[in-house]
Amino acid sequence: MACVLVLVDHAGGTPKKATLELLCAARVLGEPAAVVAGAPGTAAALADALAAGGAETIYVAESADMDDYVVAPKVDVLASLIESESPAAVLIAAGVDGKEIAGRLAVRTGSGFLADIVDLDAGGVATQSIFGGSIVVRSRVRAGTPIFAVRPNAFSATDRAGAGTLRTVDVVVGDTSKGARITDRVVEEKGDRPELTEASVVVSGGRGVGSAEQFSLIESLADALGGAVGASRAATDAGWYPHQNQVGQTGVTVSPQLYLAVGISGAIQHRAGMQTSKTIVAINKDAEAPIFELADFGVVGDLFAVVPQLIEEIGKRR
Amino acid sequence: MNIVVLVKQVPDTWSERTLRSDDNTVDRAAADAVVNEMDEHGVEAALALKEAHGGEVTVVSMGPERTAETIRKALAMGVDKAVHICDDALHGSCAVSTSAALAAAIGTLAYDVVICGTEASDARVGAMGGMLSERLGVPALTSARSIVADGSTVRIERQTDDGYEVVEATTPLVISVIEKINEPRYPSFKGIMAAKKKQLSTLSLADLGIEADSVGLAGATSEVIEFSTAPPRGKGEVVPDDGTGGARIAGFLAAAKII
Ligand SMILES: Cc1cc2nc3c(=O)[nH]c(=O)nc-3n(C[C@H](O)[C@H](O)[C@H](O)COP(=O)(O)OP(=O)(O)OC[C@H]3O[C@@H](n4cnc5c(N)ncnc54)[C@H](O)[C@@H]3O)c2cc1C
Ligand SMILES: Nc1ncnc2c1ncn2[C@@H]1O[C@H](COP(=O)(O)O)[C@@H](O)[C@H]1O
Repeated sequence: MACVLVLVDHAGGTPKKATLELLCAARVLGEPAAVVAGAPGTAAALADALAAGGAETIYVAESADMDDYVVAPKVDVLASLIESESPAAVLIAAGVDGKEIAGRLAVRTGSGFLADIVDLDAGGVATQSIFGGSIVVRSRVRAGTPIFAVRPNAFSATDRAGAGTLRTVDVVVGDTSKGARITDRVVEEKGDRPELTEASVVVSGGRGVGSAEQFSLIESLADALGGAVGASRAATDAGWYPHQNQVGQTGVTVSPQLYLAVGISGAIQHRAGMQTSKTIVAINKDAEAPIFELADFGVVGDLFAVVPQLIEEIGKRR
Repeated sequence: MNIVVLVKQVPDTWSERTLRSDDNTVDRAAADAVVNEMDEHGVEAALALKEAHGGEVTVVSMGPERTAETIRKALAMGVDKAVHICDDALHGSCAVSTSAALAAAIGTLAYDVVICGTEASDARVGAMGGMLSERLGVPALTSARSIVADGSTVRIERQTDDGYEVVEATTPLVISVIEKINEPRYPSFKGIMAAKKKQLSTLSLADLGIEADSVGLAGATSEVIEFSTAPPRGKGEVVPDDGTGGARIAGFLAAAKII
């Protein structure tokens, strides 16, 4: 059976949740093979978790170049593996880096790629949710090796383990892949909260939250639920919360188990980033706010009364 | 510093957006057309670079005839001249072949910097900066939230999931911008009048030396097999806060086994 390459995303010596989901998605099409492209010493820490997550093979492509330059060295690795292993497909998490890698790899290998897929069948037909979630399309790749950028939370990880056989890859990074050098990395907001796109609970605040200081209320609610914090564009434009937390058309797309919208009207551009959430709950003082049209449960009221009570109630039920 | 800026015309998010039932491509005629928002920020970034370092700004856009409206807007904002790639055979092009056509047109121009948006609001492919980098053989500074040019070195802050990276490269290069990078200027009346006199060249596939069957629906590297309208989300219960709103949400979450 042909292998399916899964590009591994990792942080702090563990594969990200999205990677484990991709290993599970890879089974649909073939034999999951993880590709670790990182600085020397990266793969050793990840191997057990990748094997437990279903990787039959783990390709180890280690070089300092992986951390020093923006994405292109990883494209070199994937392109050479496409050449040598003839995989049935390549799966990459659909983040900012992942989409860039997918597009580059498609050009490099004369392949087609599909961005932001939410489902995949054994025939290689992918499902995408477009136009802010209003249209569902089924597509397939017609050229080269299909490359799929998969939306986090679209697949669930399984506990079906793989052999996890390690195979070292000779890394050859071309000069043109060393054009965009990373000279510094700055973490602006992190804490212990889960990553926004991967979180199973997202609590988002909008203009109704009123100020940067008052966003601490949104953070408290997110923490009570073990979730991540999101924000509407009105809130990020006002500088109340960082741009990377923006949900919507020009921010990230999230698909959590629970999306809690607090003081957000639910404009179409916001809905574009959260419409596919499993359960949506809204708190808004305006009964006419469009967010209520998609809410599974909504409370019309003042968020400064409702949220503290909700936090307290969650505490009681723990 | 000569700059090429890419703008895409997209169906307005506020309109009813759908696909055409005959060939499953984006129905561009059914919706109002606007400039992709991030591209307005790209135009602003290009004009700011020109103001600081001199040179000329050329807008390049690919799309049906109507795309000329979008090009005029960029010219009215202050862009110097325009290239419109327009050919019926381009209809239905995938992102990969669009990047080939754009790269071919960019290749006819002398440039130090190519600026595009990080993502267009219609297809949301979000890979053009990287694809052009591959095709043109130059580095890409993607997801830029700020740009500083110093001689031939360009440095950006690249938005990441948890902050930003400082990334630098030397020209020629590609930059993709996010909307937080700047506030686009509005075209002035003078700008709108001046735009009418600016040079707009229209290029066909033949002009670019591209085979018609390598692009459009015929050459697409991916295809939409079918599409359907997503089932509407059932509207749930909405209750007024009678003083127990928070508790009621907790009850709902508990019943849904979320807490
Ligand atoms: C091209 C383009 C791209 C865009 N991209 C995005 C995007 O990616 N993401 C995004 O979010 N938006 C985006 N927008 C903006 C979008 O159109 C809306 O303007 C934005 O989502 C509004 O944010 P909001 O809901 O927080 O603010 P508002 O629409 O002002 O809503 C605030 C809500 O809070 C409620 N409220 C106020 N006070 C309280 C209180 N004390 N208690 C309870 N409720 C209260 C109000 O009733 C109101 O419904 C985009 C717009 C354009 C044109
Ligand atoms: N047909 C086109 N004409 C000009 N620029 C385009 C076109 N398609 C994409 N782009 C540019 O590429 C960016 C990303 O688009 P996309 O990859 O479609 O999400 C856009 O913001 C534009 O700057």
